[in-house]
Amino acid sequence: MNVEGKKLIWQDYQKEIADNNYYYVRSCVRQTFFPGSETAFLRILKTELNKDVCDQSIHTSCTGIGYHSDVVPIETTMTVVARQFALMTEAGYKNFVPSCITSFGLYTEVLETWHHFPELEARIRENLRKATGREFEKPDNLAHASDVIFKFRKEIAAKSKYRLINKNTGEPIKVVDHIGCHYSKMFPGKGIGGAEYPYVLAGMIEEWGGEVIDYPERRHCCGFGFRQYLVKQNRGYSLACSRKKFESMEPYEPELILTNCPGCPMFLDRWQYAINEMEGKSYGKNGQGIPVMTYEELAGLMLGYDPWDLGLQVHQVGCESLLDKIGIEYDPDKKYKGLEDKELGKPKTPSNILFV
Amino acid sequence: MGKLYDKLMEDVRFEEGLKACINCGTCTAICPAAEFWQYDPRQVLDSIQSRNDQEIEELLKSDVIWYCGECMSCKTRCPRDNAPGLVIMALRSLSQDLGFFVESAKGRQQLAVKRSVGDWILKTGYCLNPPEIAYEQHPEQGTVWEWELANMPDVMARLGANFQGNGAGALRKIPAESMEEIRKIFEITGGLERFKQIEDCSAKKAKELGQNLDEGTDNEYFNNIYG
Repeated sequence: MNVEGKKLIWQDYQKEIADNNYYYVRSCVRQTFFPGSETAFLRILKTELNKDVCDQSIHTSCTGIGYHSDVVPIETTMTVVARQFALMTEAGYKNFVPSCITSFGLYTEVLETWHHFPELEARIRENLRKATGREFEKPDNLAHASDVIFKFRKEIAAKSKYRLINKNTGEPIKVVDHIGCHYSKMFPGKGIGGAEYPYVLAGMIEEWGGEVIDYPERRHCCGFGFRQYLVKQNRGYSLACSRKKFESMEPYEPELILTNCPGCPMFLDRWQYAINEMEGKSYGKNGQGIPVMTYEELAGLMLGYDPWDLGLQVHQVGCESLLDKIGIEYDPDKKYKGLEDKELGKPKTPSNILFV
Repeated sequence: MGKLYDKLMEDVRFEEGLKACINCGTCTAICPAAEFWQYDPRQVLDSIQSRNDQEIEELLKSDVIWYCGECMSCKTRCPRDNAPGLVIMALRSLSQDLGFFVESAKGRQQLAVKRSVGDWILKTGYCLNPPEIAYEQHPEQGTVWEWELANMPDVMARLGANFQGNGAGALRKIPAESMEEIRKIFEITGGLERFKQIEDCSAKKAKELGQNLDEGTDNEYFNNIYG
């Protein structure tokens, strides 16, 4: 076999990811629905991997949801993005790591557009100067937070307390991955494995002992669709997209859905609940849903973090079936407690009592 | 003829998104919106390539341009490297600039997006404002979200967030100086003007339709466009 030739063929599917000194920008959706995931990301990088990560208060939304629901004009969004780059520059960093996939796609789009339209970049620099007096350097390295976890998947595996293995059967846990559309559908060269063979999550699953399950609608959108979810009248679009995926994956009996976009786990979690409430239909075994997780949550679980520190209690589809299979320890009585075991009550039980 | 096409050409997304469409329909085949709505991106690009002002104006005033979910699956699959999703973004932008968006039911929904995501960005610095994601408007968010809303500061603290607090962290309060910079960016780059255009055109349309529209989200016009 001509190894050099193989390397040449696959070089478009590789991605360079900086190995330290990250400027981290948070995600509107992940902070809202899965804040424990961002907490876990920083804990893993700083505590487990001894990496330097800058997490500042002064950055804002990239405005990506507003941009893709078309209320925020392109020059406004580009100037907000330029401000984020300026904050990175001023803090002395060159490696930019967004938590959000919409943001990652947007930062990529902005950099690519400026490359093709330098006069537009010049105008945005002038806008930023006028609005804030700031200047910026473009990042040397742009990687999504899931790229960073992928890069260190072997180090995480080496420190892990658990593996993605059924403790009773010894079989690998069957996992389907769901990659956020804006990770590599727009700019395939910017994602690990491109748009055809995205490997960012599959690489984690394999390294941590699980089995990646393929299914026909693996690459179909979760159905956010921006205005299609945001406006109640259009929300059926979102539900229909997720349902199409569930129906397609069901025959392969996945035990976990793993995601890298902040919105996708929310939709794939909530729409299972909604379908169950509307039709009594469940896609997991024994009337339960299929647990959906973020890559930070899964990495944290492998490392032995408390599931309730990671935020698994704020998923509508219960994750206990999976925790039990792997043998992960947890205290069910603490699931809905606050700090220092503060009583916070419990969510109402869904109509279908199994769906918890 | 060609004036609206020329206007579209001023948008870099249009220039990048439409090179030479061969009308093969691959975009329509992969499009999630085409499965759900009466929507055919191939036909949209065909209409635009005609450069016929009347056809383009009809598009800008129609529901058609508001069906796309901007997932950009079309970009991956187009054999000619077009991006119908980017073309749609340019069309939506022009439709709002010209005030045509209020001529279609789907276009009128832009007011609902502006009064949620748009206003939240300027108010908080985030595209989402969790306390305002009401369970009644989002029953699909489930009983766990209902519980979170009732216990938000405690739940967020449990998960390591800095909910509405000073300093770094998830859901922190963005400092006033940063918010002022964002507001200023919106002012000088046309963001505030876009918001005003959406409000002004919607108010005019509401009057024309004889529907009540106040500044809130519980009035006849808003309820008709939202759900």
